[in-house]
Amino acid sequence: MAKTVLDFEKPVFDLEQKIQEMRKYEGNVDISGEINRLEKKVHQLRESVYSNLTRWQRVQLARHPERPYTLDYIERIMDDFVELHGDRKYGDDKAIVGGFAILDGKSVMVIGQQKGRDTKSNVYRNFGMMNPEGYRKALRMMKLAEKFKRPIITMLDTPGAFPGIEAEERGQAEAIARNLFEMSKLKVPVVVVIIGEGASGGALGIGVGDRILMMENAWYSVISPESCSSILWRSWDYKEQAAEALRLTAPDLVEQKIVDRIIKEPLGGAHRNPQEAAMILKDVLIEELKLLSKLKPEKLVERRINKFVQMNG
Amino acid sequence: MAWFKRSKENIETSGVKKDIPGGLWSKCDKCGEIIHHKQLVSNYYTCIKCNYHFRIGSDEYIPILIDKGTFRETDAKMKSGDPLKFVDSKKYTDRVNGAIKKTGLNDAVRTGFGKVDGISIVFACMDFKFIGGSMGTVVGEKIARAAERALKNKRPLIIISSSGGARMMEGALSLMQLAKTSARLAQLDEAGIPYISILTDPTTGGVTASYAMLGDVNIAEPGALIGFAGPRVIKQTIGKDLPEGFQRSEFLLEHGFIDVIVHRKEMKQTVATLLKHMTD
Ligand SMILES: [Zn+2]
Repeated sequence: MAKTVLDFEKPVFDLEQKIQEMRKYEGNVDISGEINRLEKKVHQLRESVYSNLTRWQRVQLARHPERPYTLDYIERIMDDFVELHGDRKYGDDKAIVGGFAILDGKSVMVIGQQKGRDTKSNVYRNFGMMNPEGYRKALRMMKLAEKFKRPIITMLDTPGAFPGIEAEERGQAEAIARNLFEMSKLKVPVVVVIIGEGASGGALGIGVGDRILMMENAWYSVISPESCSSILWRSWDYKEQAAEALRLTAPDLVEQKIVDRIIKEPLGGAHRNPQEAAMILKDVLIEELKLLSKLKPEKLVERRINKFVQMNG
Repeated sequence: MAWFKRSKENIETSGVKKDIPGGLWSKCDKCGEIIHHKQLVSNYYTCIKCNYHFRIGSDEYIPILIDKGTFRETDAKMKSGDPLKFVDSKKYTDRVNGAIKKTGLNDAVRTGFGKVDGISIVFACMDFKFIGGSMGTVVGEKIARAAERALKNKRPLIIISSSGGARMMEGALSLMQLAKTSARLAQLDEAGIPYISILTDPTTGGVTASYAMLGDVNIAEPGALIGFAGPRVIKQTIGKDLPEGFQRSEFLLEHGFIDVIVHRKEMKQTVATLLKHMTD
């Protein structure tokens, strides 16, 4: 069971815990009727809590410390993953992972932003915030995929590109721009999945594709609610309002015709059942790649460019 | 996205003042020199004493770069909708209408056809004074259309950038304009048509992370702030002071992201020379 409990989930967790406690005594006294009743109640409670989430609550779910990350999905839905490293120019950015893998018996290139689980691994992964060499590493892997005619899957999950002195020195802006430019003309299918946080250009830097999918509790926008609050409200305290104003949830993005498809998560979020979340994602990816594999490379590029050109609101 | 905080401090006070009572004088932001408007114009809106480049917009830049009488504007009337019905302390629609009223512009970029030294080009020039030169759907669409026109008419594309980044009041749609403009530039590139990007003060955020950095040749004006993250954000993140000259044109030249730094008074000549090298 999850260790981190968000404020709005507390009633659900309290009840779940009560049921667990009662189960300990089940052998001694017959309380199965009572347990059944509570099970039903907790189920209803879950439904009502999780089907009426505010935008800010979804942002919190997207950032849940137990939420599955890129490597968790790769491990669960792919085989023979060979992780590749480095941009061949400067270094190896640990905030992004990628390599060849087998999905449903076929070779694919999978690339995704990677966060850490604890302080140590978060420092190692730079909290999922990429540097320019990360974007160049991703592009190198995409070019490899193109060379060997393998489809590309990218997973977006970042609080943003890293804002640092060295990142600017090495051309953060150029690295992102170059990826947008090159990704738009890749001659292999590209499926993009926003699995957690899709913060601005830092996320989009690996986010140009033929199909844009989004997990139910992910968020995607031009800026984080906190930063938006600090700039427009001149205070960090309006993040809830900013999240509402930015309309950054999966249903919002479908309405804005940016996202093609929402990927359902287990009730309460992907972290409540990572295995189930991964299996849902797997089926969707297989289905999407099958459809894209029927298109000729030129058609693919033409469609992809038109898709983004038409994003006018 | 530093443009908003910046706006209160700088937009009002810097740039070219045309209507100061008692005479048309402007004060240099860098050295404090007081310059008469006529002199400022004849000196391409740069300081006669220290070469500081005043922030100018399309009204000033078109006569500097484009042959007289050849500019034909396109999509001049395109205005922003309000896709998210965005409200913060102010309604987005009020913000846009306020900017239209104040600047006489319809959004933060103007596009069109024109000639540079007799060479036909497609041209776009951003206006920082319109909501910090931020890129929403209108800027993205106009830039993308300019690139498309360059492609269809086989004419070189020149874009002058000055922007605080993507416009947050249009949310993810603003973000998508980075991909849209870059995709059109990729098509231009495939067709072998030249694209010259001119970066002026300031060019940051989403505009730098898309078309401003994608020129076949990237030209910067001297001393322009150019970067992805704004200096404030970086300072906040790393908790250290930033080095002298950080994110200025000269810094970008040194790190390999700008081809050449050109004084505004030599801009037209440099662009014309480059175009002759890049076209038949
Ligand atoms: Zn001066």
